[in-house]
Amino acid sequence: MIGIIDYGRGNISSVETALDKGGFENITTDDHNILRKCDGLILPGVGAFKDGMKDLEGRGLIPVIEEAVLQGKPLLGICLGLHLLFEVGEEDGQSAGLGILKGRVERLTTKLKIPHIGWNDLKIINPSPILDDIVDGDNFYFVHSYQAHPVDKSIISATCDYGQDVVAVVTKNNVFGVQFHPEKSSLKGMVLIQNFGRLVSKWS
Amino acid sequence: MLKKRIIPCLDVRDGRVVKGINFVDIQDAGDPVELAKFYDQEGADELVFLDITASHEKRDTMIEVVRKTAKQVFIPFTVGGGIKSIDDMRNILRAGADKVSINTPAIKNKELITQGAKIFGSQCIVVAIDAKKNENGIYEAYINGGRISSGLEVVSWAKEVEACGAGEILLTSMDRDGTKDGYDLELTKLVSEAVSIPVIASGGVGNLEHLYDGLVKGKAQAALAASIFHYGTYSIKEAKQYLIDKGVDIRW
Repeated sequence: MIGIIDYGRGNISSVETALDKGGFENITTDDHNILRKCDGLILPGVGAFKDGMKDLEGRGLIPVIEEAVLQGKPLLGICLGLHLLFEVGEEDGQSAGLGILKGRVERLTTKLKIPHIGWNDLKIINPSPILDDIVDGDNFYFVHSYQAHPVDKSIISATCDYGQDVVAVVTKNNVFGVQFHPEKSSLKGMVLIQNFGRLVSKWS
Repeated sequence: MLKKRIIPCLDVRDGRVVKGINFVDIQDAGDPVELAKFYDQEGADELVFLDITASHEKRDTMIEVVRKTAKQVFIPFTVGGGIKSIDDMRNILRAGADKVSINTPAIKNKELITQGAKIFGSQCIVVAIDAKKNENGIYEAYINGGRISSGLEVVSWAKEVEACGAGEILLTSMDRDGTKDGYDLELTKLVSEAVSIPVIASGGVGNLEHLYDGLVKGKAQAALAASIFHYGTYSIKEAKQYLIDKGVDIRW
């Protein structure tokens, strides 16, 4: 069972739909007990870093996520969910993130239009099980104005070019983060969802 | 590299697609969900539903269309038409749409853009601008389906829309809409260069060169088209292949 962490952040139903389509049992909830019983977690979300952390905190979800990571359960952060994995966010001043990954989240510095909206292709930097059957040049749908800057560059699995290198996929053991929206990235997005689903099935 | 987007637009009235022919793979071309699925499979980068339902009572049919589409379509889709309030936005987004597009209500009340962006995020808020050149050669933003001039000059309105927090601008040339003469490139370029948010060109596409012109000469980030796809003049794949051959960065 995959738990989709519901912390009141935007269009979560599309993540659920994508998991359904992939044939993976899932539940969207903020119930600690249910999430603790799940074999893997997805932290979705759009919106601001600070609000996102506040909502996670308000619902007491932070220890639930930390526990899952310690137990080795696969965790996938999507978009804002990826950002929140890091230590510090710089949207509306500085605020602390989950700190599961070392690094900061900063506004894009590109000279191109912000937000970065649309399909962009990946450059695979390091192999990751979340990228099985995904190759250089495959396109995914991005919508964001901020990006993660990991301290440990070796956790960067893929980047994309948007007038600057944008960190698109990170992997650290059982923790995965994607800047794009796999649930909105048509067939290739489904491949990634399936990779995650398989990782969860393997763990359970 | 960011790809330029090709976006088919579907006009929906009372839950049914207004124009459109039968494609081989579609049993019911009047069903917006079927058509949306088809376009997703064909490689469309995004979809826009324009709800032209006249009666208020039948508005809920659009919510149902959105809900069903969200279950079967895995590319972003925008819903426009008849969205007048934060509650309307919430209903459409909750049903599974990724973005809402607003025009007249945004001009009448800018707060709607600001509030919408604050509550749902800028990426959800598309402001549609219907532009028409007046006798002095100035582009004016029109409201009420292109019937009334708001008196606002398009470029300054576009900048204001951006400042209010809109994530994208859907720019339609009223002069070109339905003509098949191509996008108004002067207009498209003016607005694209004036704002830093993405501009979607719309109105007037009759052939594939028009798509190229809008994206390259007009500098739009995305090209929206309706009839060339619905009437089967070109498939999405043909359009994309054409653009790729001409060196445009397109998702394949």
